[in-house]
Amino acid sequence: MDIHEYQAKKILSDFGVKIPTGGIVYSPENAENKAREIGGSKWVVKAQVHSGARGKAGGIIICNSPLEVADATDKLLGKKLITNQTGPEGKIINRIYIEEATDIKHELYLGLVFDRSSESIMVVASTEGGMSVEEISKEKPETIIRSKIEVAVGIQQFQAREIAFGLGIESKLISRAANTIIGCYKAFSELDATMVEVNPLVVSHQDEILALDCKMSFDNNAMFRRDEIAELRDKTQENSNEVYASDRGMNYVSLDGNIGNIINGAGLAMASMDMIKLAGGQPANFLDVGGGATPEKIVKAFKLISMDTKVKVILVNIFAGINRCDWVAEGIVQALSKIEIKHPLVIRLAGTNVEKGNEILKKSNINYIEASTLEDAANKAVNALG
Amino acid sequence: MSIIIHKNTKILVQGFTGKIGSFHAEEMIKYGSNVVGGVTPGKGGMTHLNLPVFNTVKEAVDQTGASTSILFVPPAFAADSAMEAADAGIKTCVAITDGIPSHDMVKIKRYMRRYPKDKKMGLVGPNCAGIISPGKSMLGIMPGHIYKEGKIGIVSRSGTLGYEAAQQLKDLEIGVSTSVGIGGDPINGSSFRDIIEKFENDDETIAVLMIGEIGGPQEVEAGQFAKENMSKPVIAYIAGLTAPKGRVMGHAGAIVSAYGESAIEKVELLKECGVTISKNPSVMGDTVKKVLVENNLN
Repeated sequence: MDIHEYQAKKILSDFGVKIPTGGIVYSPENAENKAREIGGSKWVVKAQVHSGARGKAGGIIICNSPLEVADATDKLLGKKLITNQTGPEGKIINRIYIEEATDIKHELYLGLVFDRSSESIMVVASTEGGMSVEEISKEKPETIIRSKIEVAVGIQQFQAREIAFGLGIESKLISRAANTIIGCYKAFSELDATMVEVNPLVVSHQDEILALDCKMSFDNNAMFRRDEIAELRDKTQENSNEVYASDRGMNYVSLDGNIGNIINGAGLAMASMDMIKLAGGQPANFLDVGGGATPEKIVKAFKLISMDTKVKVILVNIFAGINRCDWVAEGIVQALSKIEIKHPLVIRLAGTNVEKGNEILKKSNINYIEASTLEDAANKAVNALG
Repeated sequence: MSIIIHKNTKILVQGFTGKIGSFHAEEMIKYGSNVVGGVTPGKGGMTHLNLPVFNTVKEAVDQTGASTSILFVPPAFAADSAMEAADAGIKTCVAITDGIPSHDMVKIKRYMRRYPKDKKMGLVGPNCAGIISPGKSMLGIMPGHIYKEGKIGIVSRSGTLGYEAAQQLKDLEIGVSTSVGIGGDPINGSSFRDIIEKFENDDETIAVLMIGEIGGPQEVEAGQFAKENMSKPVIAYIAGLTAPKGRVMGHAGAIVSAYGESAIEKVELLKECGVTISKNPSVMGDTVKKVLVENNLN
């Protein structure tokens, strides 16, 4: 789960990371007042959307008066910001963060992630702040510092110091920088985060170490014990069909193609998408209804796919294990008696009781194309596009 | 021989009396697995499915001599149960549970490092289908009848894609020595490398089918191990050719976040290691068959 920049900043500041003074606003009037309240002579107006690269997309505006702050807020609020990470549909701007401008001396990069090879928490830092970590590893890989943290004892002062010295921070600021790194580590480990990124982390001309932009992501599997984080979810930043699916326990990812998929199991779902592509088509979505694929789940899945206007053909591919094919077939028949599907429907059943399942489908009055193998199903789905 | 589980392997079910635990314990018993009892804290002394229930894993191990456990405990308590199994001397624990927080997985793995190598538990999963040695024992939630007894080792992150492979092999009259689901989470108990090493050392297994997907370094690490250490052919399929970067595809671990984690990159890196690639999921069985013929193994 992702959260907004201003929410991440609040969390990190609770862990001792210094951030520029700022506040969240919802209207131009609100914004003007906030700028006066913050004081100073220069402000940054920042669109709060779940995406990086907001600056290049025009979502970050520097202003020299409270009136300019109000204008900039007016310009952004309610608009969709299209960055190179949001896709062409963009993301709606409902909240604006107003912040005092910082007098930047150096821009650094600081990130924390799980390292899947060493199964520890990895701190990644670089002197090249402001660039994405992918760009840094491509263009200036020699500037990257990596430090593995032993989770049983957590980050030690010396490790944070080593990173800070590695970033070329002057001696008098080392302990401030080390505390910033330790604060980020603690937020990561105590709140079930999967990613903390401060980019840029800056050294100001006033000798402060400040988190100028932050991103945090959290482990969805840990939300049962993180109410305070779960509350920060902003569904307006997610695809509406994806929200519908996740609220009903289904794994769904919206894609650009026109063949809708209903599949059980994440691996089989990815494999079916691959087959569609190899057959010359494009999947409209990834959908894993779960290993169980109960009739109720199948009904919900059909409802979900029918909400996607891109879909021109529907492909159902179920490998029944413990749940038998006859059961799945009944679920499909039940679903189609409740939801009208106008598009061609290709169904491939495999596994336990496959003959019985296909018999139930044949006897019902549903209009569908039967497929036997994964390849056959993909080919028939692509052919059905006409 | 098969790997990890055999005809007489004594099995405990953790989370035995719950709905899911009961259902799958019964399926395992029907298949012929040697389930000797279960653990549900607070229900010790009861009899369930005609088998004894214990309060602690230690007690269960003492009284039944079980070496292996399967875990159906809900995500919030699963890490605790896995560590309890490790401490009680269980040799292999298969965690079926889906939804264990990554921070808990890191903790479990760190905890297990306290045991010397010969006493250290092997954890398989979580979020996996389990293990089956066809005709001998089933320690998982797969449909047992789609696996034919034979000589191919299967190791897969995905459950259903593993079933797909077993079915394709069966249709070609090719059998399986053992099939292991290592699960779809970003941090898991056993890696592809851990399992293919066991297949290399197993007399019965003649070739290994590895079914990977996008995300993480494990497929390529296994490929490098195979290149340097394996005499048996390895066949691989990597799912997720069409998966967009940076999105989680169902499995928490199926996300491309670094170089070498996309399906295309993994396929290229595996080819360099001498692994034969099944170019699509529909020809996993055919590709295995072709490799067997080429190596005079059929």
